[in-house]
Amino acid sequence: MENQSVSTDEIVREENLVYKKTSLMTSKALSYCPGCGHGVVHRIIAEVIDEMGIQADTIGVAPVGCSVLAYEFLDIDMQQAAHGRAPAVATGIKRCWPDKFVFTYQGDGDLAAIGTAETIHACNRGENITIIFINNGIYGMTGGQMAPTTLPGMRSSTTPYGRDIALMGNPLKITEVVATLPGTYFVARHSVHTPLNARKTKKAMRMAFENQKLKKGLSFIEIVSNCNSGWKMTPNQANKWMEDNMFPYYPMGDIKVNGEMVKKKEEPKA
Amino acid sequence: MGQVKLMKGNEAFAEAVIRAGCDAYFGYPITPQSEVLEYLAAQEPHKRTGMVLLQAESEVAAINMVYGAAGTGKRALTSSSSPGISLKQEGISYMVGAELPCLILNVMRGGPGLGTIGPSQADYFQATKGGGHGDYKVIVLAPSSVQEMADFAGLGFELAFKYRNPVLILSDGAIGQMMEKVELSEQQPRTTSFDQSWVTTGKSPDRERNIITSLNLDPSKMELHNRKLQAKFAGMQENEVRYERIDCDDAEYLIVAYGSCARICQKTVKLARQKGIKVGLLRPITLFPYPTKIIQEMTGKIKGILTVELSAGQMVEDVRLAADGKVKVAFYGRMGGTTPAPNEVLGVLEQQFLNS
Repeated sequence: MENQSVSTDEIVREENLVYKKTSLMTSKALSYCPGCGHGVVHRIIAEVIDEMGIQADTIGVAPVGCSVLAYEFLDIDMQQAAHGRAPAVATGIKRCWPDKFVFTYQGDGDLAAIGTAETIHACNRGENITIIFINNGIYGMTGGQMAPTTLPGMRSSTTPYGRDIALMGNPLKITEVVATLPGTYFVARHSVHTPLNARKTKKAMRMAFENQKLKKGLSFIEIVSNCNSGWKMTPNQANKWMEDNMFPYYPMGDIKVNGEMVKKKEEPKA
Repeated sequence: MGQVKLMKGNEAFAEAVIRAGCDAYFGYPITPQSEVLEYLAAQEPHKRTGMVLLQAESEVAAINMVYGAAGTGKRALTSSSSPGISLKQEGISYMVGAELPCLILNVMRGGPGLGTIGPSQADYFQATKGGGHGDYKVIVLAPSSVQEMADFAGLGFELAFKYRNPVLILSDGAIGQMMEKVELSEQQPRTTSFDQSWVTTGKSPDRERNIITSLNLDPSKMELHNRKLQAKFAGMQENEVRYERIDCDDAEYLIVAYGSCARICQKTVKLARQKGIKVGLLRPITLFPYPTKIIQEMTGKIKGILTVELSAGQMVEDVRLAADGKVKVAFYGRMGGTTPAPNEVLGVLEQQFLNS
């Protein structure tokens, strides 16, 4: 067989480059569990900011939860908010700097439980910010307790026998809720567990940031994610479980685009 | 000389924050301070100076909007009354931890709970001993006139940026609601001369990224951060003590009171002196840092101290710490939105120190 080895010089040639570290990710090792979606979403955010050339005009707001340290991984100015308050913090920033790009990065407990009021009202006021909502149906950092988005029957450390709807209430589809508010301009739900889904998320992320230039309202992206540690599964099992259980309850796709609700495709008539 | 007007305390404060060059106000209605938001709304400060004004969905949201704005180097403020200030405590603790400057106005009302809308000074402990979680202090300014409601707007922002720490103006329902003559300062530009190298307005290529956070998971680093904060509070104690002394030079008895209570006790001093009782009034203007030294100095020259508050007795603990048992410290307080009359205070003074 012919020797096809290439020299280092050839590998580092620009035309041979197929993959590189995203320039707006810091060199800090991610604190996330292997198989977790946070790192992919961070990278997508970093890529979008880099490609739009808006690093000098972007301020991110980190929540309380696993992604509390998001500011250690993204090479941009960031503020860390109290639990649930990121949309209020982002409002304070954006109102003072209407031409800057401001986003929040929040988990389900942060956004849809303790911060529901801040979420609803920032959306309803039509703040020209981007909200990135990571929904893994569980409180990851505190050890896998029930979240507002925990599915019926789903086990967590505070629902060890499964979420009993009669006792614990229903999982909250907050993304559908905010889509009904006149202040939201773009609402979509995606995932990052396959390269195809990650590409779709990136496309939506770009739109969510571009929309800030239009000043027509808030852009809201939910990313349904696994939490293999919290779910007590391997990464592959968690992704499969997510597809089988989370996606039917939290379906993928655009919900509201350019301020208009996306009409569901009609079922073909028999 | 600036413009002279007859104004409510709350309105004078609102006008003064615009004139002080404030960048943003975020608040939520609550009696007896709603005139602040109402006055600002009527003034349309975005047209006057470009100042941002937003009615938030809650006190919690309002203080966090202040956090966001302050993190970008803006002069931001919020105002509320006692129950609403309780809701803001989480945000205030975060702001101290993240070293963010801001101005907070508390127009105190009677508590606990929903309490009453009448004036009170029952939030002294909350204001001066921390208020929220963690070891921290905020500078507390206590106005006793409509003039000081106006003057402390500019002073408050100056101190907040000097120390990168929240400043609380601890007023009460009487000072907020009463009308007095007030001299307003000229319009100041919306700029600050303080260091802005820490602000989050977008990372430019010429600097490292800026992070606003109160989190540090490494206990040893968190302890270092706490030491830094404590040094800052010690600096405030060293440099920012403010008080007023009235008729203290020859005083045999001293009344210590702040805010609206000090106004009442000013009249008590006059009544006492008409009867030949040599009474002076010490009015702390900063409640943190507390004028401990001046009380210590005066303790050797007087026969007794009467502390008067619209509470069950909160500031009196700081007076007793300063007096250190060297002189009798008596207390008289009214609660629940009631206020004492000047002769009522005089009666207590006579009973405590002269009728033995």
